[in-house]
Amino acid sequence: MIEVRELRREFKVATSKGLRRNYRTVTAVDGVTFDVAAGEAVGYVGPNGAGKSTTIKMLTGILVPTSGHVRVGDIDPSKQRRDLAKRIGVVFGQRSQLWWDLPLGDSFDLLRSIYRVSAEDYRRRLDECVELLGLQEFLITPVRQLSLGQRMRGEITAALLHAPELLVLDEPTIGLDLESKERLREFLADINTRRGTTLLLTTHDLDDIERLCPRLMVIDHGRVLADGPLEELRAEVTPDRELVIDLREPGPAPDVPGVTAVRSEANGLRHHLTFRRAETTAAQLITQVVRQVEVHDLAVVEPEIDDVIRKLYQRELDQDIRR
Amino acid sequence: MLAGMTANVVFGLLRAAVLVAALQAANGEIAEYGIAATNTYVWIGQGLLGFILLWGTNELAERVRSGDVVVDLYRPWHLQSALLAQDLGRGGYAFLTRLAPPMVFGMLLFPFQFPASPVQWPLFLVSAVIALVISFACRFLIDVSAFWLLDNRGLYGFWNVTSGLLCGLTVPVAFFPEWARDVLWMTPFPALMQAPIDVFLGHGDPVRTLLYQVFWAVALLAAGHLVLQRAVRRVVVQGG
Repeated sequence: MIEVRELRREFKVATSKGLRRNYRTVTAVDGVTFDVAAGEAVGYVGPNGAGKSTTIKMLTGILVPTSGHVRVGDIDPSKQRRDLAKRIGVVFGQRSQLWWDLPLGDSFDLLRSIYRVSAEDYRRRLDECVELLGLQEFLITPVRQLSLGQRMRGEITAALLHAPELLVLDEPTIGLDLESKERLREFLADINTRRGTTLLLTTHDLDDIERLCPRLMVIDHGRVLADGPLEELRAEVTPDRELVIDLREPGPAPDVPGVTAVRSEANGLRHHLTFRRAETTAAQLITQVVRQVEVHDLAVVEPEIDDVIRKLYQRELDQDIRR
Repeated sequence: MLAGMTANVVFGLLRAAVLVAALQAANGEIAEYGIAATNTYVWIGQGLLGFILLWGTNELAERVRSGDVVVDLYRPWHLQSALLAQDLGRGGYAFLTRLAPPMVFGMLLFPFQFPASPVQWPLFLVSAVIALVISFACRFLIDVSAFWLLDNRGLYGFWNVTSGLLCGLTVPVAFFPEWARDVLWMTPFPALMQAPIDVFLGHGDPVRTLLYQVFWAVALLAAGHLVLQRAVRRVVVQGG
């Protein structure tokens, strides 16, 4: 579906000093390479200014690459922007493609004409979205009066009316409350599995990734730092897992080979132990622990996805320093 | 809408009074404009002003400035054609609310010079629609300049100040000295306002006037198309 090779984009930034104007070149995307197969759901994450939105703008044909190769569904986006637009849907969390002063339903009607969707297909797709996203009650409300959560549901519907093969979402859950986020994720997961719509989403909310995207791409300073299933990245970057045990009686941490007691809490009632995921399984460890001490409760804690990503950034930073 | 209509009529009263006073000082006629023709000129001008939307809204430029233009750019449409269609639709509504009322007002309450031949009515309508297209094309060019300038309000202000004078809104182009008249008719400005008025009043050859308008409509739309294409090649979309 998406084919990106050595993609680069530079911007000229004017730096004024008095009357003189100098230009400095800033590289927003610096040799990015990846593929996305049809039907995949890929999370594209990175800190602000990492180059996520710039990549997306090149994928949708709005921005012309400085160099490199992009194909989306065998189309060169910046050369055939209009052909591409018929086959992809784009949702920008911070912008609206709905008509501010028109009722939501009228915006959909307009989009139907713009994308030349047959009345029959339109009816069917709209009905489906209306039902799954609960739009019925505000279809006749002007867009300007919608809450953010309602509007985002409208935006996603708007992007799906022409049944795109690829749906690109740029921070779709930004600013939404937990319930709205959950509802949106559920819906997106559904169209991904049921309709086979390819999803590419950028986000700062890692729950989005955890819920939606089997595959994660991490980008910073315009370069891809990591690309793979979340589980793999987690194992690679954070080789340690943590076991938290609560004892019946306060006491010292059990001493098991290959396990480090990191810290204890509540006067020795709770202990945090870390172990290498490559060396021991949680089950083996627990058997050994309960042989030594009387355990009241225990839990295996996986590193938070935030930690995984923070470590990836950190690793990149260290490499930069060493270079 | 009502405010726009009222403003058009009130300014029409002022302009009619001033121009008629000037005419009386010049013994009742200046360059083909008698009392009736002058009143007609004023009331058609007041109607056309809102119909062609000479002083537009700069909306596209604002969208370029804020970066919202990305949304317009990733749709499967030709942006210029889509906006022209939108403006024509607006014109249909403005025909009823902005063009017709001042004209009817002038016809009923002032000495009015009706067309000598009935053919002039439909010709006037065609000419007015072409004027709208030219007005759109000019505004579009100014809007698109925002891709380079980012803030094009200066240019827009300049347009607002000069266009009224050059297109024949302030005074008929015929009142200008001969050399200025010749220069003006080589520009698209009179095509915006003076041309449809001339067609209505029967000044000059209407076919020639219409051809002149069509030429500028095509030329300016083509220029807008090319400029937009260049703009999109170099577009730097603002904001994350």
